[in-house]
This record gives sequence, structure tokens and C-alpha cells, in this order.
Amino acid sequence: MVGGAPALRLRGIGKSFGESRVLEDVSLEVAPGEVVGLVGENGAGKSTLMRILFGMPIIRETGGYQGSVEVAGQEVRFRSPFDALDAGIGMVHQEFSLLPGFTAAENILLNREPLRRSALDEVFGERLSLLDRAAMEARARRSIERLGVPLDPAMLVKEMPVGHRQFTEIARELGREGLRLLVLDEPTAVLTESEAATLLGRLRALAAEGVAMIFISHRLGEVLSLCQRVAVLRDGRLVQDLPAGRTSVRGLAAAMVGREMAAATGAEPRTFPAGEPLLEVEGLWVDMPGETVRDATFSVARGEILGIGGLAGQGKLGIPNGLMGLHPAGGRVRYRGRPLPLGEPRAALEAGLAFVSEDRRGVGLLLDEGIDWNVAFGAMQVQGACLRPLLGGLLQWRSDAAMASLAAGYVKELEIRCTGVRQKAGTLSGGNQQKVCLARAFALSPELLLVAEPTRGIDVGAKELVLAALRRLNRERGTTIVVVSSELHELRSLCDRIAIVYEGRIAGHLPASAALEELGLLMAGAATAPPPEAR
Amino acid sequence: MNRLRRLLAENAVVLLFAALIAAAIPLSGAPPLYLLQEVLTRLGRNAVLVLSLLLPVMAGMGLNFGMVLGAMAGQIGLILVTDWAIVGLPGLTLAAMLATPVAVLLGWLCGAVLNRAKGREMVTGYILGFFVNGLYQLVVLYAMGSLIPMLNPELVLSRGYGVRNVINLTGVRQVLDRLVPARIGGIQLPVFTYALIAAMCLFVVWFRRTKLGQDMRAVGQDRAVADAAGIPVERTRILAIVLSTLLACYGQIVFLQNLGTLNTYNSHEQAGMFSIAALLIGGASVTRASIPNVLVGVVLFHLLFIVSPTAGKNLVGSAQLGEYFRQFVSYGVIAVALVLYAWRKQAGEQQARAALRGPGVGT
Repeated sequence: MVGGAPALRLRGIGKSFGESRVLEDVSLEVAPGEVVGLVGENGAGKSTLMRILFGMPIIRETGGYQGSVEVAGQEVRFRSPFDALDAGIGMVHQEFSLLPGFTAAENILLNREPLRRSALDEVFGERLSLLDRAAMEARARRSIERLGVPLDPAMLVKEMPVGHRQFTEIARELGREGLRLLVLDEPTAVLTESEAATLLGRLRALAAEGVAMIFISHRLGEVLSLCQRVAVLRDGRLVQDLPAGRTSVRGLAAAMVGREMAAATGAEPRTFPAGEPLLEVEGLWVDMPGETVRDATFSVARGEILGIGGLAGQGKLGIPNGLMGLHPAGGRVRYRGRPLPLGEPRAALEAGLAFVSEDRRGVGLLLDEGIDWNVAFGAMQVQGACLRPLLGGLLQWRSDAAMASLAAGYVKELEIRCTGVRQKAGTLSGGNQQKVCLARAFALSPELLLVAEPTRGIDVGAKELVLAALRRLNRERGTTIVVVSSELHELRSLCDRIAIVYEGRIAGHLPASAALEELGLLMAGAATAPPPEAR
Repeated sequence: MNRLRRLLAENAVVLLFAALIAAAIPLSGAPPLYLLQEVLTRLGRNAVLVLSLLLPVMAGMGLNFGMVLGAMAGQIGLILVTDWAIVGLPGLTLAAMLATPVAVLLGWLCGAVLNRAKGREMVTGYILGFFVNGLYQLVVLYAMGSLIPMLNPELVLSRGYGVRNVINLTGVRQVLDRLVPARIGGIQLPVFTYALIAAMCLFVVWFRRTKLGQDMRAVGQDRAVADAAGIPVERTRILAIVLSTLLACYGQIVFLQNLGTLNTYNSHEQAGMFSIAALLIGGASVTRASIPNVLVGVVLFHLLFIVSPTAGKNLVGSAQLGEYFRQFVSYGVIAVALVLYAWRKQAGEQQARAALRGPGVGT
């Protein structure tokens, strides 16, 4: 090792994907044995930075990056993750990359198994040598002992508790020769509190041995207790890089979500009549892959716009998808005082709910059909709109004229830019596709509209139109709306109240006028829920 | 108690068929010595074919319906040595040598195709079997006797080219089985064939402990993880299919030398279906198969074959019922295995997700 050189030095890293700039002039140093926390909202650029560090092919395929990466004082430009591994950089992923039917030892030494050489190697190559099981176990045991946890090398991964799987992952990285930098991406996300505490303790000990670490986590408390220094990324820039002692959970949360912008809120405070809420949700769980909802409890008043925010993966998207029956769900849900059955999209639609999905092209649209079909489809299926009775109601005939006029009305109202109502939805731009999705939901005349990520991936002009359309629907038709969005600014300008989801639960409700910093604290799971405001 | 229940659940298929056979044997009225002789003969005949299925299961590619490609390669070798009138062990060895490059080539092709159909290997392999059957017919029906010269006019169709429907393998008939003659109490034992099967089993055991075998197991469990660890996933999968095809090729040669006749256009067709059914009856699944599964499966499957026609005849007066029954069982057990596989996979996913749910949340 070069004396005094940092284990890792990133200098002026920049990266664009096409038009969008995701990283701008990011510089970061990690000394040997130092633990640096890296925090930031989703989309702040953490994963892109790590992809650059690991030489992921996607970076090269999209035009490379600016700036330089130095490992132990030497500039490197990795062409694949294997180059990074060879240079002594290890990664522990959020999702386990372990083989469930292999033992801890087999996983730790995967594709690095010690072999028993024989004469056959000369003929067939080393893939036909026998594994040296004894040496495998010994080497695995050494890695485990270095980590200092009670882990049985002979135990199958699928029989281990979750915490031990995480230890196995880390032991695998430790087992590599010359490991000098370990990147941990949300290593405690799936662990219980005591497991997480053990893990943090072991990581401290490893750092004391000289292993440098980058610790990525949304759990700001853990970041502060483990790391010597914490760097905050926001919108692709390194906005703060302070010793852990000179910042706080509050300070980090504020840096993550950004400073207060003048007059960012557009919604005037409104009050809603006390009494029975339109929708009551208690103990909702939803098995949506990647967006698991564990135990969400909240209610929506008649005529209100409720915003649901939170970081990706915490479960905010699971809530509307579960309510609409698109993923397995359970819990007690009451709509207009009556229980709402879960798992039956049709029942939800017939009860008067409508949903604009975040998956526009997958769930939202019939891409190969015209705008008229897309707009009328839902209302036709659920409410029999645009149908003509034939033979005294024996048959129902589709009325193309009614569909076209319905669609034309929305094309005008939402300013959908198209060549006509017969234009195929798949050929529209993202913003106009989103407007078609809204039109379809509007055509159902819902009493409660659920909207997920309404402005994701659409341009600024279309964003304004979409938000205005939602506001108008609420004000003019009295439709109650639940908006799920990753954009806090958008929620604050549109909603009356904002609920923040953290680890599958509602961390708290705040009025839309609350400070961004408060919302940021909730998103990082750092604040306890304030008492629910009077309704 | 719990362990006993798990043991019963894991071997439910084996136990079910064992019970079925135990009930059918007295009904068939077959003498025990006859049954023993038949089972021992058929074990030698079929075990190598069924063994060829093990490696793709290990590599996570399911039941290799594409093994019929290997069977076709073996048959081409046998047709050629019969035409050249090379008899005995040298003939059989030459047939295997001739068939080897064909099997490797077909296996490589099959593996490459399956790499483009990940997750749908079984249905792809099955259809690939039909496709290659067409190529095989092209060679045997048109090329042999015209492009490929045939010496023995008795093998050629009367029109001058193409191979006859049935070939008598008199030159190599039971050459392996009788190489080491052994009779114990009136029972004839194919000692050399058994030795060959034992060698194949040892090969499989050894192979599992090699680096390549370990890689195959890794690929079988999770392609993404194996790939991230630097294991050449696609190449490993191709090698699994090549080895399987090669073993199936030798398996078909062993099978046909025992029978003594080759149905040029049919022998290979049911090799895959019956081998897979045997393996499943032995207690294997789409994701797990072992040598005991092979041996138990072959014994049970063939016992069923032997006793069901006579049992059917004695029971309802029609031998047809037995024939019907064994077809029914073959297809039925494969269908059940596939459904069970899908069902278990789904249940496993659900269980994995349930673990993510918070405590104290009702359903």
C-alpha cells in the first residue's frame, strides 16, 4: 500500500444519461480504516456513483464518466466489476446475492474454491479438478473468524436467520485477498434491531483493522453512530461532507431534501368536516415486490387531497396498488363506512375508486389501441358506458361514436397533443400518455382517485397540466384524491396533508405547510410520528 | 413424528407407486422369478438413459426433454456399424465412437438454443426434439443410400435409398449383457452392463465434486448470483446439455443392444418421455434428482410395465387396459411433476414475501 494515500479518492466525478445530468463534480476521499456514510434521497446519484466505482458495463455503454477514480493512490478505470474486485473493492448488496442451497462456506468461496490439482488438469483444464473441501472450510472459517460472528460454515444459507445471511455476504467479501474498501448498500435494511447492532459492532472492528468503508443507508441514526464522516448527495451534487460529530440527524435530513424554497407551497389550508372519513385503512399489508407495506394505518377525509411520500422501496407505492387489489394484500379497509374487499380490482372499481398507476405503459395503457379506446375502456367495463343495448338489452353493442366524443372531450380538457382520438397510445409522448391515463380515471367519475407518481418521467409543461387537472378535479367535482409521489415539492403544492411512509409503515402525517426538513426527518425514519392533527 | 411425516411427504410418489405395484403383482399372477428376471434385464437396459437426465436438473435446466437428440445420434452410429457388418464389442464401440461427435454437436446446438430460452427449457427442449427428429429423418430416409453409401441392400428400402423401418441388430445383440456371463439360480445377470452403469454412476458422483460440477449447481440455483461471481453461466449450461446428450446417446446404444432390434423411425421417440417418467416415479423433481431416484425409478416404472397388462387382463379381461394404463401413468406423472413444481415455486415465493411482513399484522 502506498503510504498515506487514501484507500479511495474520487475527483470531480460527473455523469450524464443522455440529456439528464445525474452526477456533477463529486469528489470524495476515504482513508484506510475510515468509515464514510453516504446518504441522499432516491435519484440523488448514490447508485450511479457506485456503478462508476465498480466499473459496471452500463456506465461505459452510456458514454463513460468524467473525473477520476484513484484506488490507493493509483488512477483506475475499471472495465468490469471483476476489475474492481481485483483491486480490493468489495460490495455488500441490499438484496442478498447468496445461493440458498449452498452452505456458508460454499457461498463465501463461490468461484474461488481451492482445487485439488491432478494430472487430469493438463488435459481437461482446471474445471475438472476436484474441490478441496477441507481447504474450503478452513478458508471460510478464517473469514468468519475475522468478522467475529458465530457462523457455521457448513450451514445451508436457506436455513439461516436473516442476520446470518448478511454476515455470510460480508464474510465473502472479507475472504477476498487484499480487500481495502468495502461498500455496504443498506446492509441493515432487512435486519432486526439487535442484528443491526451486532453488525455495526463488527463493522467498527473491521475498520479498526484498516478496512475502509462506504456505508450507504437511509437509517441516519446508524450512519451517525458508525461513520467518522458523512457525505450527502442531492440532485447529483455533493452538498455536504462533514465529520459525523459536527452534524446531526436533523442536519443530514435537511441537507438531503434541500433548503426551504420561498413560497413552495401552493395549497391554501382547508378544513374538512369532522365525522366519518371516506376511507379508513388499518393495519394494511401489501406484498408488492420491492414496495412491501407492512402495517399502514391512515384515513382520508371526504374532499381532501392526501399526499403519500417516502423514499423508494419503503412501501408508498404498495399502498394504492394494494387497495386496488393489484397485489396480495390484507388488513382492515373501510370505504364509506363499509368494508372494502381487498384483492378484487373490480370490487374496488365498482365501489367508486379509480387508480392511475405508476406503471403507465404496463398497467395504465393499451399501447396498441387508440386514445378513444384507452379513455373509454375502464368506464365501459365497469359502468357500461359507451354501450348501446341491442335486441332489448340481450346484447350490448359498443358505440364508437360515444367513445370518440368522450375521448375528444378529454383531449380538449387535458390538452392531449395528438393527431386525433384514433392515434395509438403507444405513439404518444410520456406526458400525453399520462394525460390519457388520467382521462381514463376521470371517465370513471370516481369518488376517490388514487394516483401514483403522476409526473414521473414527463416534461415540466406536462407536469403543470397534470397537477392542475388533479386540482381542478378536486375543487370542481369534489373528488377525493390520494397522490403518491417521490417529489416532495409536488406533494406540498397539491395536497392538504402529507403522510410519509417508512419501512412499510406510516411514519407520520404533516400538513402540507410543514417545513421540508420535518418531512425529510420522517422520510429518514428519524422522527417519531407527531400526534395526528385534529380533524 | 415430524421427521417421519416429512420423510413420507418427500417420498410420497415413490410410496404411491410401490403400493400400486404391490397391489398389481398378485392380480397379474406373474411368477416372482419371471418378475425378477425382467426387472434385472430392464434395469440394465434403461438405467444409462435415465442417468443422462441428472446433470441438466443439477444445472437448473429441468428435465432434459432434448435427450432424444442423443438417442438419435446413437441410432445413427448403430445403423452405420450394422451396415458395415462390424459385429460384437468392436462394432458397439465403433457405433459409440461414430455417434459421439454427432451427439456433441447436437448437444451444443440444443444448449445454445436453451440459453436463448431461459426459464422455458423443458418445453423448448421438447419441441427441439421434434425439430431434430425431422433432420434425423432427412438423413435416414433420404441421405442414407444416396449421399451416404449403404453396403447392405437388406437395410435399404426397395426404392434404392432410405433405411428400412426395422433393423435387426443381430451383430451387436446383447453383446454387452453377455460379455461376462453369469447365471444365479436361473436368473441371468448382465454383469458387464451393470459394471458400465456403476461406472456412469461413479462418473456422476465424481463430476459433482469437480469445479465444473460445483459451478453447475451454482448456476442451477441462481444464474444472476453465479454470473456476478464470474462463473461463465451460458457455457456451463451448454456443457450440462452436451454431457447429458452424450450420456443419452450411449444410453440409447445400451438400450438397443439389449433389445436387439432398432425401429429406425420410432425407437428414439419415446426414449425421452419414458426416461423422464421413470426418473419422476423414482421420487425426483424438476429441481432435484439423484442416483437413487434413477435406480428406484427404473425398477418401479418397469415393474409397472410388466405387471399392468396382465393385471389389467385378469381384472377386466382386456390387456389393452394395461397398455392404456402405462401410457396414462407416464404422461400423468410428468404432468403432476410439472404442476407440483409450479405450485411449490409459487408457495415458496409467497412464503418468502410473508417473511417481509411486519409482526402482529392479521391477514
